[in-house]
Amino acid sequence: MNDMQFLTWVRGTGLDIAVSIFVLGVLWRLFEIYSLGRKADLAAPRDTPGASGWHTIFRRSIPPQGMVKKSPVSYIGGYTFHIGLAIVVFLFAPHILLIKNLTGLSWPALPSQFIDLVTVVTMAAMVVVLADRINKPVKRYLSTFGDWFTWTLTFLPLLTGWLAVQHLLLPYTVMLALHILSVELLLIFLPFTKLFHAFTVFGSRWYLGKINGHKGVAV
Amino acid sequence: MQGPLIDTLARQGVTRRTFMKYCATLASMMALPPAAGRAMAEAMAAAPAAARRPSVIWLPFQECTGCTESITRSHSPSIEGLIFDAISLDYQETLMAAAGHQAEEALHTAMRENAGKYLLVIDGSIPLGLDGAYSCIAGKSNLEALKEAAQGAAAIVAMGSCAAFGGIPKANPNPTGAVSVSDIIKDKPIINIPGCPPIPVVMTGVLAHFLTFGSLPELDSKGRPKAFYGETIHDRCYRRPFYDQGKFAHTFDDEGARNGWCLFELGCKGPVTHNACATVKWNGGTSWPVESGHGCLGCSEPDFWDGGGFYKALSMPADPLKMGAAAAVVGAAAGVALSFANRGKKSAAKSAHETTTLADLEK
Repeated sequence: MNDMQFLTWVRGTGLDIAVSIFVLGVLWRLFEIYSLGRKADLAAPRDTPGASGWHTIFRRSIPPQGMVKKSPVSYIGGYTFHIGLAIVVFLFAPHILLIKNLTGLSWPALPSQFIDLVTVVTMAAMVVVLADRINKPVKRYLSTFGDWFTWTLTFLPLLTGWLAVQHLLLPYTVMLALHILSVELLLIFLPFTKLFHAFTVFGSRWYLGKINGHKGVAV
Repeated sequence: MQGPLIDTLARQGVTRRTFMKYCATLASMMALPPAAGRAMAEAMAAAPAAARRPSVIWLPFQECTGCTESITRSHSPSIEGLIFDAISLDYQETLMAAAGHQAEEALHTAMRENAGKYLLVIDGSIPLGLDGAYSCIAGKSNLEALKEAAQGAAAIVAMGSCAAFGGIPKANPNPTGAVSVSDIIKDKPIINIPGCPPIPVVMTGVLAHFLTFGSLPELDSKGRPKAFYGETIHDRCYRRPFYDQGKFAHTFDDEGARNGWCLFELGCKGPVTHNACATVKWNGGTSWPVESGHGCLGCSEPDFWDGGGFYKALSMPADPLKMGAAAAVVGAAAGVALSFANRGKKSAAKSAHETTTLADLEK
């Protein structure tokens, strides 16, 4: 298989397989998780004003008081790489074209030099966050294989995409194919690893907020 | 031709200065040191004076003659004259006057008299299906002809994408079992000059290099001269700034197209195509595909014909996703089935639940 055949495969059959597993996994997990249900809380609800569920979705994106100072790497690094990822994934012109082709939706892109800068910042933030996870005994203790694995799955598309654009290490065609392949790996594993929080994070926040509200916790 | 080439050129109105300039341009285009221009000029100017001009044998296999058409449109200063005076083109079916047995004789005489020294140019792919019956010349299959001619060649030039990589005949489903020259010949230096067709000056540049230094220029991993195939179309494209700014033509006739914006969305394969079109251009530097408003097809890369469609952007799926809908149904079904299983487990646990009383504990 030469480099063009490799690229065509990842753009064709490979993508088909990855997207299928992704869709299959996401639907499977969503049905499974949301159909679990909970026992009805028979206690009389305490009267908490405000939409506790919706409020919590928003409030948990804001660091609690004093926490940024206490754990700056987690918060600043975490914010930086999440926002950076969103920018790189959704505002780079070739990515938008793919989304348009798959879903019909499209929006304006950002200049590629800006995307380039954001990619570097995002990768730096991810490396810092990883170093922190390795250095802090508590974080290291709490980390499982899943954490290291999902970090790698997330980092590889950024790295290969950036290397491809910069023409580093390998010829562009091969690097582009590796970039697409790494995204396909990410898609395949996303529904079955911690990365599924992309789909469940707001749902669980709403749920927890709702329970807390029911129990009278101020929102 | 009588006397040194430079005198003949002078008679044809080509000045020494123009000739030197041509050689210097070729040398710089091939990223050779400045002195190479002078060396080339000396080698080529002296060439006809030598006892025998280097013999070149051009064999056409499964091809469309587009490569020959391209070469004959070479526009650099009296390039046809230079090539035909500096080398002895002993066999070229399109250009030669001889036909039939005479042509065959010319071929075999050239091969015999220049054994071990001639440059073999192959144009077109070699069919292996049906024992090579898909393409025969003078009763010989292309495979036989290639093996025979390759034996005495100093080097082989695989001219055009068909000879270099199999090209269009090799496109899916490859009915003739077409392969490239390098798939068959393993013991000779092979230089690939892909393109559909290749740029004329690339061919003449490689010939000039061979005449001057007696060797082939530096090649990349796909056997292409680095001087011409070292960079991608995208990296040298004058429309590149628009790509970087995110300005794209969405159709061939929208405002973006009229403003000359990037053709990436219209399927341009420039980012993955190594060729010199963007710098050398075509028809004597008049224009090139992207300048005329059409995206690059990627014709100098292997299997460009099967790259997922000429009008699909590189970031788009090469084929329509076939399994997505089925996967969605299977996923939803699996989720629903699991939720029933989970609920069943829950109610089973509930019904199996036994109340423990104080009396039980005191037993």
